[in-house]
Amino acid sequence: MMERLTDAERQLAMALSVIVALFGLLMAAGGRGDPMGTHGAIILLAAGMTALLVLRAIGEPEPTEDRTANYYDDPTKAGLVIALFWAVAGMGMGVWVAAQLAWPDLRFDAAWSSFGRIRPVHTSGVIFGFGGNALIATSFHVMQRTSRARLAGHVAPWFVLLGFNLFCIVAASGYLMGVTQSKEYAEPEWYADIWLVIVWVVYFVLYIRTLARRNEPHIYVANWYYLAFILVVAILHIVNNLAVPASLTGAKSYSAFAGVQDAMTQWWYGHNAVAFFLTAGFLGMLYYFLPKRAERPIYSYRLSILSFWGIVFFYIWAGSHHLHYTALPQWVQTLGMTFSVMLLVPSWASAGNALMTLNGAWHKVRDDATLRFMMVAAVFYGLSTFEGSFMAVRAVNSLSHYTDWTVGHVHAGAMGWVALITFGSIYAVVPLLWKRETMYSWKLVEWHFWLALAGTIIYVFAMWNSGIIQGLMWRTYTESGTLAYSFTDTLVAMHPYYVARGCGGALFLTGAILAAYNVYMTIRHAPARQPERDYPTSSEAAEPAVPAAE
Amino acid sequence: MTILLLLIPVTLAMGAVGLGAFFWAMKNNQFDDPDGDALRILQADDHPLPTSTSPDRQETSR
Repeated sequence: MMERLTDAERQLAMALSVIVALFGLLMAAGGRGDPMGTHGAIILLAAGMTALLVLRAIGEPEPTEDRTANYYDDPTKAGLVIALFWAVAGMGMGVWVAAQLAWPDLRFDAAWSSFGRIRPVHTSGVIFGFGGNALIATSFHVMQRTSRARLAGHVAPWFVLLGFNLFCIVAASGYLMGVTQSKEYAEPEWYADIWLVIVWVVYFVLYIRTLARRNEPHIYVANWYYLAFILVVAILHIVNNLAVPASLTGAKSYSAFAGVQDAMTQWWYGHNAVAFFLTAGFLGMLYYFLPKRAERPIYSYRLSILSFWGIVFFYIWAGSHHLHYTALPQWVQTLGMTFSVMLLVPSWASAGNALMTLNGAWHKVRDDATLRFMMVAAVFYGLSTFEGSFMAVRAVNSLSHYTDWTVGHVHAGAMGWVALITFGSIYAVVPLLWKRETMYSWKLVEWHFWLALAGTIIYVFAMWNSGIIQGLMWRTYTESGTLAYSFTDTLVAMHPYYVARGCGGALFLTGAILAAYNVYMTIRHAPARQPERDYPTSSEAAEPAVPAAE
Repeated sequence: MTILLLLIPVTLAMGAVGLGAFFWAMKNNQFDDPDGDALRILQADDHPLPTSTSPDRQETSR
C-alpha cells in the first residue's frame, strides 16, 4: 500500500496522521468523563496506527515505474473491502434491530443495546459505511477510467477514504454511548461533522483535479452524477449541522434552529441525502458499470444527461413532503408535493434508459447474475421512485405517514436499488482490479442474487402489509366516534409481519456474507488473468513487443 | 417560517451553480457527440492515455 508513494508523499501522510492523532489526544484529555474523551482515544488509536504504518515505509525504496502509465487502484481496492465489511456489520445490526421489534427481550437489558441506539448504527452503517465507501471506491475507479488519467494525487485518496471511515467509526461508537443530535441520518455530534466537512472538501478537490487532467475531451455522464453527490451532500451537511456546542470539551451541542424551523432544515437535508447520496451517486455507478458489463452503450445518452439535470433542479425542493399535516405552512407542503410528483419524470427516464440498454441482450441478463443484479436494481429504482412520488401526495401520506409503509418504501430503495447496484458493480469490478479471470465462484454470485431478491421481496411485502393495516387501524372509528383500536391492538396485528421482516433481512444478510466470502476468495485464490497483448504488466518480459494500437 | 429565508436562497444558489455548470458544459462542446461519448467508455484497454504534455511518451505509445 505504501510502495507506490514517493518519500515526500509518505512524509506528508505521516504529518497528517500525527496532526489527527494530536487532535485525538487533545479530545481525550479535554473530554475526560464525557463520551468525547472516549472518541478522542479512538481517534488517537486510529491515527496512531496509521502513523506507525507510514513510519515503517519511510526510507524504503521509492517507486521506480512511470506512475502515469497505470491507474491508481490501491485506494479503490481498500475501499471495496471496507465497504463489504460495513455491509455485513450494518446489515447484521439491521437484522438485530428487526428482531428486537418482534421479540423485545433481545435487547438483553443493556443501555447500549436499546433500539434508539442500535438503530442508527444500522442506518449509518449501511448508508455511510457500506454505501459511502462503495461510492468513494467506485468513484475513484470511474473518474480514472472515463478520464483516461491517473488519480490526481497519492495521499489525497487515502485521506478521503480513511478520513471518511474515521467519521463512520466515531459516529457508530457514539450512538452506542448515547451521543446523538437526534437528526435522522445526521446523528453525529459537532466534532464529527466538522471532520466530515474537511474530508469532503478534499474529496471534491481530488475529483475536480482528476477531471482537469483528463485525456478525453468529454466528461462522461457518470462523473456528473458523482460530482452532484459530493457537492450537494457537502452543502446539505453544513447547513443541517449548524449547531452550538454546549462546551468545547463535551459532545453535546444545540441546533441553531428550533421547532418546525429545525424540522424543515432536517428534512431539506434528509430528503436530499436520499436524493444525492442514495440516488445520484448510485446512478453514477449504474451509468458506468451497466453499459460496461452489458458491453453495450447506454440506450440514450441524451436521456441520461436530461435526467441528470432534471434530478439536479427538481429533487432539492421535495423535502417538505416529509412534513405533511404539521405546523409547516400549507404552501410549503404543497411545493414539496408538486416537485415530488414531477420527479417521476427524470427518475423513470433513468430506470427506463437502463432497461432499454439491456433490450436485445436479455440472454446476457439470463446467464450473468452480475448483470442481473444491475437489471433488478433498475427495476427497483423505478418501483421505489414511483412509490415515493405517490406517497408524497398529501392524501396518500395521511394513510402512510408514521406507519411501516415508509419503512417498506425506504428498504425497497435501499435493498432493491442501492445495495443491488452496489453488489453488481462490486462483482463487475473486483476481477478487473485484482487481475483475475472471474470471481472465485459464480455459483455463489447466483446464490447471492436469489437470496437478496427473496429477502427484499419478503421484507417489502411484510412492511407494505404491516403499514397499511397499521394506518387503517389508526383511522378506524366506532359508531360513537371513538377510536376502534388501541395502540396495543395494532402492535399485535403487526407482530407476524415483524417476524417476516426479520426473516427477509436475514436472507439479505446471508447474501452479503456470501459476497464478502466470495470477494475474499477471489483476492486470495482465484486464478490470475493471463496478460493480454494490450494489457500493461509490471514485468518487462510480458510487455507486448508492439505498442497497443489505439 | 424564518428558516425559509435561509433555505430558499441556499437552494436557489445551488440551482444557479447547476445552471452555470450546464452552460459551461454547453460552451465546452460537452453535448456535441453523445453517441461517441457513450461508446468510448467501452474501449477495452485499461490504462491511462499518455498526456499531451509529455512528448517523449507520445511517440512511443501512440
